[in-house]
Amino acid sequence: MATAVRERRRPASPPLWKRKSVREAVHAVIMYALLLGIGTIILMPLSWMLTAALRGPGEVVYTVPVSWFPTKSFHFENFWTVLTYKGYPLWRPLANTLYLVVLNVLGVLISNTLVAYAFARLRFPGKEFLFRIVILTMLMPGIVLMVPSFLLFNALGWYGTYLPLWVPSFFANAWSIFITRQYMRSFPRDLDDAARIDGCGYFGIYRRIILPLCKPVMTVLAVFTFQGVWNDFTGPLIYLKDAEKFTLAIALDYFRRSAFSTVSVNTTNLVMAASLISVIPMLVLYFAVQRQLIGGIASVGLKG
Amino acid sequence: MAVAAHRPARRGLTAQERREALAAYLFLSPWLIGFIAFLVVPIAMSLYAAFCDWVLIKPPPRWIGLENFRYMFSQDRYFLWSLGVTLRYMLMSLVPSLVLGLLLALLLNQRLPGMNLFRTVFYVPAVVSGVAVTLLWMNLLNPELGAINQVLRALGVQNPPNWLNSSTWALPAVALMSLWGVGGGAILYLAGLQNIPEQLYEAAEIDGASRWQRFWRITLPLLSPTIFFMLITGLIGSFQVFTPAYIMGGASRWGTSRHLRFYVLHLYLKGFQEGKLGYASALAWVLVIISAILVTIIYTTTEQYVYYEEQGKERS
Repeated sequence: MATAVRERRRPASPPLWKRKSVREAVHAVIMYALLLGIGTIILMPLSWMLTAALRGPGEVVYTVPVSWFPTKSFHFENFWTVLTYKGYPLWRPLANTLYLVVLNVLGVLISNTLVAYAFARLRFPGKEFLFRIVILTMLMPGIVLMVPSFLLFNALGWYGTYLPLWVPSFFANAWSIFITRQYMRSFPRDLDDAARIDGCGYFGIYRRIILPLCKPVMTVLAVFTFQGVWNDFTGPLIYLKDAEKFTLAIALDYFRRSAFSTVSVNTTNLVMAASLISVIPMLVLYFAVQRQLIGGIASVGLKG
Repeated sequence: MAVAAHRPARRGLTAQERREALAAYLFLSPWLIGFIAFLVVPIAMSLYAAFCDWVLIKPPPRWIGLENFRYMFSQDRYFLWSLGVTLRYMLMSLVPSLVLGLLLALLLNQRLPGMNLFRTVFYVPAVVSGVAVTLLWMNLLNPELGAINQVLRALGVQNPPNWLNSSTWALPAVALMSLWGVGGGAILYLAGLQNIPEQLYEAAEIDGASRWQRFWRITLPLLSPTIFFMLITGLIGSFQVFTPAYIMGGASRWGTSRHLRFYVLHLYLKGFQEGKLGYASALAWVLVIISAILVTIIYTTTEQYVYYEEQGKERS
């Protein structure tokens, strides 16, 4: 009896390592150490890239030990050199890529919200069946279309033009339809009904009620499209033939080869400067919208 | 109610319903047109092309039956080779990225101040993928003086691998680069983790379940749909590796490195460098069949382990 009572009573002061506050503090320290360590590993390559890009002409890029941070050389003119490079100025593909990004983002936003609106808020025969097709096409490996799309666009006489690289975006795509539809389904039905009583047609409901509510998912779509077009290598590689029309991704590869072949001195600093130019806009965009983006991925996510 | 009961079961759409259906198909038209023009038509064309001798420079395709497939299995020395490269890469990159992604997500799911900053940083590599990153990693992986091998030497590795110049280490090098972007998958896992109701953990804690038990009994089962999704998309994704293969090994000035001749690179070289579009279409179809078989196998073997919470719940 007596022992049971004593056992149940908490000791006046438990050993240090068993106290809750201490255990939580140790846990937090370990977590922060891990987070900082992994965060460093993730950022180091980019930091090295910046260091290399700021090296002057004739300076070694591969130093021993590794220079992870730009401490000595700050040749910011490298970026200008690359943009106006004699043999192949990079401002041109930069402008080309921006042009394609704008068209694609426009196309994706307009077409996918229209289609998703029908799937999310309208009733019509064949809905289940058509949506099943959407899901099915999501699973198809896109690369399979590489040759057949080329056959088609070549037959249309679009080879060598920008058309294959932006026209399809105006015709919606399975992933974006799916994401947008999931999001649009979350609004209450009363919204549509109230608007209809006020005399709105279907397009009016889409335009005035649904679209304004869709800003978060549209941000996600826009950023993913931007990223996809910006980093796309295969499309431009297959469809563009004049160096004039190259996008940044293939221009980088082109630039690397011509820089390697024409100049005997080490041009790694210039190649890294060019690469950084192609990375920075994505990073800026990402940091500008990261809150909506990560929140958007989480909310849009995988519910379905 | 009564009106609905009197309505004929099938054909009869009311005027209102008919208008709604008409509007719906108008809204759907971009996708319907695109689906036919940019998906059904190309797929039909490539199905036909797979049985043809269709060369880019001399247009009229010539029907040759199964000849492309016979050539593929008997004479194309890179067909099986490139398939092997792709499958080996899949094993090297998929499993580590699934596991690491999950671990990172668990780390990022902690409730600590400043976590948003870390989430942002971890996702960065997923944002900047592409040619620039491939060029960056080619520099980092430089065998003599590259940063990675210097770090390895500092850690006491006597003879660090030659990476892209070596036949055994070229593929692991590409896998390593892809692992750098593992934070992208972690964010998706994180979304899944945050959908797990808090009460489950609280209940388990009251019942005296340890951290470890909570992970195996709650987190993992409830996360299984996400894991399954990542497995399938990762599988389909690693069949399609192209850019790093092309940049790092495919068309370098030293010629094509066979150790980085991924399946899709092989397809590209056959179709667009040699101009054999018919043969490349046949290669594409074989890839579709192989990935469909793999996905089906995975689907049937893992289905029993995937837990779907919303069974029988609201379905629109």
